[in-house]
Amino acid sequence: MSFASFLLRRSGGLLLVLLVTSFLVFGLLYLAPGSPLAFILGPRGGTPEQIAAVTEQYHLNDPFIVRYIAWLGDLVQGDLGRSLVYRQPVGDLLISRAGTTAALVSLAAVIIAVVGIIAGTWAALRGGWVDQVVSTLAAIGLSTPVFVVGVALISLFAVGLGWFPTFGVGTGGLDTLWHLFLPAVALSVASAAYLARITKTAVNEERTREHVQTATVRGLAPGLIVRRHVLRNALIPITTVLGLTVATLIAGAVVVENVFALDGLGSLLVKAILQRDFAVVQAVVLVLVVAFVVVNAIVDVLYTFIDPRISLGSRQ
Amino acid sequence: MSLKTTTLAVAKDEAIRGRETVVRRTLDRLGVIGVIAAVVLAAIVIAAAFATWLAPADPNAPDLFAALSGPTSAHLLGADALGRDILSRLMHGAQVTLAGPGLVILLSTIVGTALALVAAWCGGRVDAVIVWVLDILFAVPGIVFALIAVAIWGPSLFTVVCGLAVAYIPYVARVVRGAALRERNLPYVSAAWLQGHSGFGITTTQILRNVQPIVIAQAVSSLGFAVIDLAAVSFLGLGVQPPTADLGLMVKSGFDSTLRGHPGEAIAAGTLIVLIVWCVTVLGDRLTSTARSMS
Repeated sequence: MSFASFLLRRSGGLLLVLLVTSFLVFGLLYLAPGSPLAFILGPRGGTPEQIAAVTEQYHLNDPFIVRYIAWLGDLVQGDLGRSLVYRQPVGDLLISRAGTTAALVSLAAVIIAVVGIIAGTWAALRGGWVDQVVSTLAAIGLSTPVFVVGVALISLFAVGLGWFPTFGVGTGGLDTLWHLFLPAVALSVASAAYLARITKTAVNEERTREHVQTATVRGLAPGLIVRRHVLRNALIPITTVLGLTVATLIAGAVVVENVFALDGLGSLLVKAILQRDFAVVQAVVLVLVVAFVVVNAIVDVLYTFIDPRISLGSRQ
Repeated sequence: MSLKTTTLAVAKDEAIRGRETVVRRTLDRLGVIGVIAAVVLAAIVIAAAFATWLAPADPNAPDLFAALSGPTSAHLLGADALGRDILSRLMHGAQVTLAGPGLVILLSTIVGTALALVAAWCGGRVDAVIVWVLDILFAVPGIVFALIAVAIWGPSLFTVVCGLAVAYIPYVARVVRGAALRERNLPYVSAAWLQGHSGFGITTTQILRNVQPIVIAQAVSSLGFAVIDLAAVSFLGLGVQPPTADLGLMVKSGFDSTLRGHPGEAIAAGTLIVLIVWCVTVLGDRLTSTARSMS
């Protein structure tokens, strides 16, 4: 399959998924009890003119399918609607917060990749007590929820030792990196543990393969064998897991942002749910789904770069 | 008469020996760590199930003089910010933390297995539609489902359980569909079909029985994730509502006390969650490897 047709197929799939999810999200929130009128006009209600004006402004009287299509049309033009709570366009709200979430997830992905691959390879190559320690730590890490790690990190390193700030995102640049470090660590613990486990299995499997034995017999340097022959081949399962992990980080970020009071998409979503600000809920959910699907598509493309034997679009 | 008693005695003897080998085989499969996990989990389940009788104090009774006290003889694990006994709240909280995810897994396993069996048996278009629906469900991260449900029906344990149950369906269905497809192509299925058994009968009695170990292994493995997800939603304040004791909520309120220098509640609740998830994950891993080696 050529790259262009692959891209076309994936974006077609993405559009379809988006259409269905947007319909479901819009439909479900449409069915939700409670009228937006009550929220906009406050507990005292309003005059009949005010009610009519609001109904007109938010198209509350139109049938469901008309409202859905109108909403979809606005969406295509980049208009995500207006937040009832913040009284400003949802798009502006998202853009100012998406950066925090993206930075958090990327930092966590880097930590996961570095720690997971190094720990897993080390455990596989050294074996013995190193393997025991890494396996035990991985088992504990996998069982620890993100928010428990977050609370533990804050009490230990922020409140107890005072090495890191407790809350917030800082003032940009290195300061933001410093602020995001603990949240990123909290986000990455479980995934790094999982990746270490997968890497260990993959490296152990590759080491017994014939081409590695041949390389050893020919007297190649052990470091070269590990890098060129073992790790290169072990990268396939590692990338798969890493890609899927990054996709789940997007959901994990919702929790971490609330623990560390970061101003990201996740904390916006939780606030919007509690305040029943449905335009924001719809938009954030859609953004999360798009990110999830796009990351998975990128992983598929990465496969072909790592292993030219895999053709585009075929999953092994 | 004597012959009959002898045969009975022999049969009984064999039955006991058979039971012994079953116990031995189970122990072998679990390994040392698996046995430890099973015992710890059993202890937690018993402590939670009989919390009403076993707990040293009322989980909701405030003892303001003991507020934020460390471990004392009256409160073995100390008391929280409102002076409620932490040990008693842990035991009662574990009820919710175990029963909620249990319900999530039960619902998603029933629906997911049913979908998978229908897809595997019918094949063709039905299969394609079911796989397509599952793919779309896969595109939404699990916890987001729970949050959507909360956005619609408001925060409550039941809402979150329903949302998470939907989120876990595709994971069950994908594994079971794969296993059921392998079974469907085996000769015993066509033999039963030729004997005139209905597709429904073959699927529910024979295929289901053969994929059962995989279904159970998948359910136990997912239980750990469900515990984490449900506790996380409660931690966010969108699941179980106070004053009900719940481990996720206890980490949340313990977090506030931690910031004021009293980490006792957060440590206790967090450790118990990790312990529960660890036990369940270990047992799930053992069951999965057994189910794989059997098929």
